[in-house]
Amino acid sequence: MSFLQINKTSKRFGGVLALSNVDFDLAKGEIHCLVGGNGSGKSTLIKIISGVQPPDPGSEIIVDGESYAHLTTVESSRLGIQVIYQDLSLFPNLTVAENIAAGLHRGYPHIADWSAIRRMAADAMARINISLDPDTRVCDLSIANRQLVAICRAIAADAKLVIMDEPTASLTRHEVDSLLALTLELKRKGIAVLFVSHRFDEVLEIAEKVTVIRDGVKLGTYDAAGMTEKQLIYLMSGKTFEYETADRQIDRGQPLLSVKGLSRAGEYHDISFDLHPGEILGITGLLGAGRTELALSIFGMSRPDAGEIRLDGKTVRFASNTEAIEAGIAYVPEDRLALSLILNQPISTNIALPVIDSLAGPTGLIGRTSWNELVTSWINDLKIKVSNADNAVRTLSGGNQQRVVIAKWLATHPRILILDSPTVGVDFQGKDGIYSIVRELAAKGLAVILISDEIPEVLYHCDRIFIMRDGRFTGEFMAHRSSEAEIGEAVYA
Amino acid sequence: MPKHFKAFARRQEFWLAILFAVLFVGLSIARPNFLSLQNGVDLISSYAYTGILVSAMLVVLVAGGIDMSFAAVATVAQYAALTVANSWDIGWLGVLLIAAAIGIILGVINGLLINILGLSAIIVTIATQSVIFGLVLTATKGQDIFSLPGWFTDGVAIPFHTTLDGYQYFINVQMIGLAVALALTWFVLNRTNVGRQIYAMGGNVEAARRIGYNVFRLNLFVYGYMGLAAGLASIVHAQYNMSVSPTALVGRELDVIAAAFLGGASATGGSGTILGVVLGIALVAVVQNGLTLLGVSSYWSQFFTGIIIVVAVASMARDVRRRWYDNPGAA
Amino acid sequence: MPLSLGFLRRLDATYLRLSLLLVVLAICLGGLIGDRLFGELGLRSMAYQMPELGLLALAQMVALLSGGFDLSIIATADLSALTMAFILTSIPPEAAGLVYAGWIGLALLCGIAVALVAGLFNGILIGYLRISPILATLGSMTLIKGIAVALSHGSVISGFPAAIVFLGNGSLVGIPMPLVIFACAAAPLGIFLGRTPLGIKIAMFGSSERALRFSGFDTGRVAIGIYMLTALLAFMAGLLMMARFDSANAAYGESYLLVTVLACVLGGIDPAGGFGKVGGLVLALVILQIISTACVVLGLSQFLTLTLWGAILIAVGGSGALREILHNLGDSLRRHPG
Repeated sequence: MSFLQINKTSKRFGGVLALSNVDFDLAKGEIHCLVGGNGSGKSTLIKIISGVQPPDPGSEIIVDGESYAHLTTVESSRLGIQVIYQDLSLFPNLTVAENIAAGLHRGYPHIADWSAIRRMAADAMARINISLDPDTRVCDLSIANRQLVAICRAIAADAKLVIMDEPTASLTRHEVDSLLALTLELKRKGIAVLFVSHRFDEVLEIAEKVTVIRDGVKLGTYDAAGMTEKQLIYLMSGKTFEYETADRQIDRGQPLLSVKGLSRAGEYHDISFDLHPGEILGITGLLGAGRTELALSIFGMSRPDAGEIRLDGKTVRFASNTEAIEAGIAYVPEDRLALSLILNQPISTNIALPVIDSLAGPTGLIGRTSWNELVTSWINDLKIKVSNADNAVRTLSGGNQQRVVIAKWLATHPRILILDSPTVGVDFQGKDGIYSIVRELAAKGLAVILISDEIPEVLYHCDRIFIMRDGRFTGEFMAHRSSEAEIGEAVYA
Repeated sequence: MPKHFKAFARRQEFWLAILFAVLFVGLSIARPNFLSLQNGVDLISSYAYTGILVSAMLVVLVAGGIDMSFAAVATVAQYAALTVANSWDIGWLGVLLIAAAIGIILGVINGLLINILGLSAIIVTIATQSVIFGLVLTATKGQDIFSLPGWFTDGVAIPFHTTLDGYQYFINVQMIGLAVALALTWFVLNRTNVGRQIYAMGGNVEAARRIGYNVFRLNLFVYGYMGLAAGLASIVHAQYNMSVSPTALVGRELDVIAAAFLGGASATGGSGTILGVVLGIALVAVVQNGLTLLGVSSYWSQFFTGIIIVVAVASMARDVRRRWYDNPGAA
Repeated sequence: MPLSLGFLRRLDATYLRLSLLLVVLAICLGGLIGDRLFGELGLRSMAYQMPELGLLALAQMVALLSGGFDLSIIATADLSALTMAFILTSIPPEAAGLVYAGWIGLALLCGIAVALVAGLFNGILIGYLRISPILATLGSMTLIKGIAVALSHGSVISGFPAAIVFLGNGSLVGIPMPLVIFACAAAPLGIFLGRTPLGIKIAMFGSSERALRFSGFDTGRVAIGIYMLTALLAFMAGLLMMARFDSANAAYGESYLLVTVLACVLGGIDPAGGFGKVGGLVLALVILQIISTACVVLGLSQFLTLTLWGAILIAVGGSGALREILHNLGDSLRRHPG
């Protein structure tokens, strides 16, 4: 018995067909996953279902047997379709109870009914067996608990279908497991769940059906059982990406970077490793294992409590990242949009920023020629597709933005490049481009630390892999002598 | 309840309350006449105008906005209402209705412009402040109204306490106005759906839109409320000073905004309480009053107010700072 | 490529809009009262008046460009002027020649020092204590003005050496000194903001302080630079005000505070930070001054000037908003959303 059915639905934006004649069917209480690359049209489909955008005439949306030409957000919410956006749409300054019962504030009479709010919140939490303190403000909760609040809000709004956009992106493995268990709980209550996700292992673990969409066309809906990740990737991108582990020759003489017994209370403990020129070192582990914190310390943005960092055998203590950059260390943070790029400023300024002080001539003014030369050479070197370097970085595609980040750091002539989850939110083609850049750089002698929670990513693109867990290194693997299964076991053990 | 106490101890109100209590006790010991009923009545009367405006400014700041034009609005309301009152016998109700109507209309115009222009509230209200203030000065040629109707300057006097030697204390217009404004603002913010929507909007405007709150209408309400408060405050001010001057109010907007920030309202919206605002004004009032009682030259009062504001905002930024330094990635 | 020229178009649009406005004003007013407005007398009076607001607006511009606000510029200008006034009025009558010049130099140095200390204080509050600029400068404004009032007891100090008065009222090869001083501030500031590392960092600070920090810069130090620069410009404004009026007081120029923001926004400085050029601000200042002088020439109430200024900002902001709405509409029709 289907809850939602979409027939012959198209959506055209100007000259571009974002969705073309898509049919889609979702049963009551079904767990369904929608996958597709960037720009495939999956967001457009979600927007049509949630009523944010109307489909083109001739489309049909059937909810619970009722047919509609299009939905409004109010209608779709009334019909029990609740969307949980990636940013969760919560009110950080309000309590858990008020967030869950936020819908009540819309209603008449105008007097806020606090007892009804508390009752609604308690009911919603009880229905899916979770307990959070209703009086805690949402800004004091962990990301995972915030997500629970968002789900409770959907439950409280009598959801029959919950749409979750990339729900696992910032959760630890353990939290992902609880979320997946919660999804089954929703199913038991007869609530359908539609996931939009990039993480295929999770998709295949939990979903019953998978719908693949590419270039606005639905390729098909498949049973998740019997589907493999490789098949999904092939369907999504029309290409196969096969990687193999590398056994590259690395000169293991004097290490470039040598970390000994490094600790910082509450973040990481007793970390020791050597990094050689030309080596790609992988650090994997669950979110919250202390990977980013370790990277920030090596980059000089937080000070370790104990242990030492040696560069070329000499002990260094960075007072700030300025000194780390001078010493030849570059760090690309995970949240590159917010931390690495200044999106509405020109591409040229973004590339030149870290070395801007060195561009000033004896007068203190920046020479236009040296500025232009610097920018042009990096745009050419990294093959960044740019029509004008004075355009805002915002106007570039995700993959090209990532290249701008790398260009910006290479301009500082680093000897060590730390990449923190460099491919999060990048589609397969984009990932492939980044991997080849990293390999080229390593071949030229740059030492790379690649932090990632995707096991295949570290296995196939690093020489050596450390497993990090609760702030400690718990295992070391040579890539060419290990397997995904072996590393997975070490990570999740 | 220790849990609730802990939560309270982390808030700005807690520190304000402690600071206030220390000053209060200290001054009571040092200068016994600080605690006199007369001093209390005087203080409340002289801070009523500011207090009414600060409580409405709290609503604006909670919504994530700001208003720089309220003093100009108050000037128009005051001048118009009392000019009419000088010619026709409209009584208290008439004066208040005219002032309130003018305030609401001008406030709603602010709200409309902010919604439509897509400029930040501070810019729009600076522009409307210039327009309104320029017009009111042109229309009035900058001249004061010195004579006001007798019933107006007499005000309201409800005796509430008689001393042994027969001296009577009265509840006056200022006290009534302040009490109404504080109570109404508390009620709106905590006990109505509109108030909760305003908090929500200040916390995350996009989420408020998605959940179906009418952000456009909320903004009209917020700036309309500020206008209403400006209208009422202007009457309270005129009654206190027994005169109307088109240049008396504009230029002191920042005192009101500073008091609201001092009370814990955030510049980014979504937080702030009436309790905080009351404590914020009380603190400023007690400090200035205390300095006078202690015989410090009045020239120093602004200096000490400045110190209090700087210390208060510096302590308020504690949380932000901790997040920024401990976790540079997440702040 | 409708999408890709966003950055350039953004600046050009500001210049275009303002130049258009200027031309329209010049034609309309020129036809009406051209001989008086653009005659020697009209131009001279404009040249004497505009720089006061102009210097304060330049100071505000630096703060706005960095995504901040500086409410303390006028208090700083007044305190710095009062400091200079104290020293200048205590020059011993027998001082002459080099000694005399030395006293004047000392006064100027102390004025600069006071302003820089105020700027440093703001910079520390904002850059290291991480207080939002509007709150921090609101506090420091009250504090700085408090010091000025306390020290001067609210009185007016007047009677300065001729050299100082000349700065406000004299002229150099026919160009009024205030305009010369303004040009001496505006031109280097334009070059500084556009062509030096710190200048560019200030704009980047305005767009994303965190990204600037991750790029290896001590953003606290940049903040100190920003607010010391605004304070330095405030000092120049203070000097000009005391020179023009031959007096100093703790409350001079207070009505300019919000007008500086108005002028900046009209001049295309993005109040959200990151974008804006001195050229745009200068155009905006010229427009505002023409309106003001035209009001005087036409015999209109001087208060009407303020109304017209506010109305122009709303009109320009409105046309920008309208353009944006149309642009977004076109965009959403053209673009292929993910």
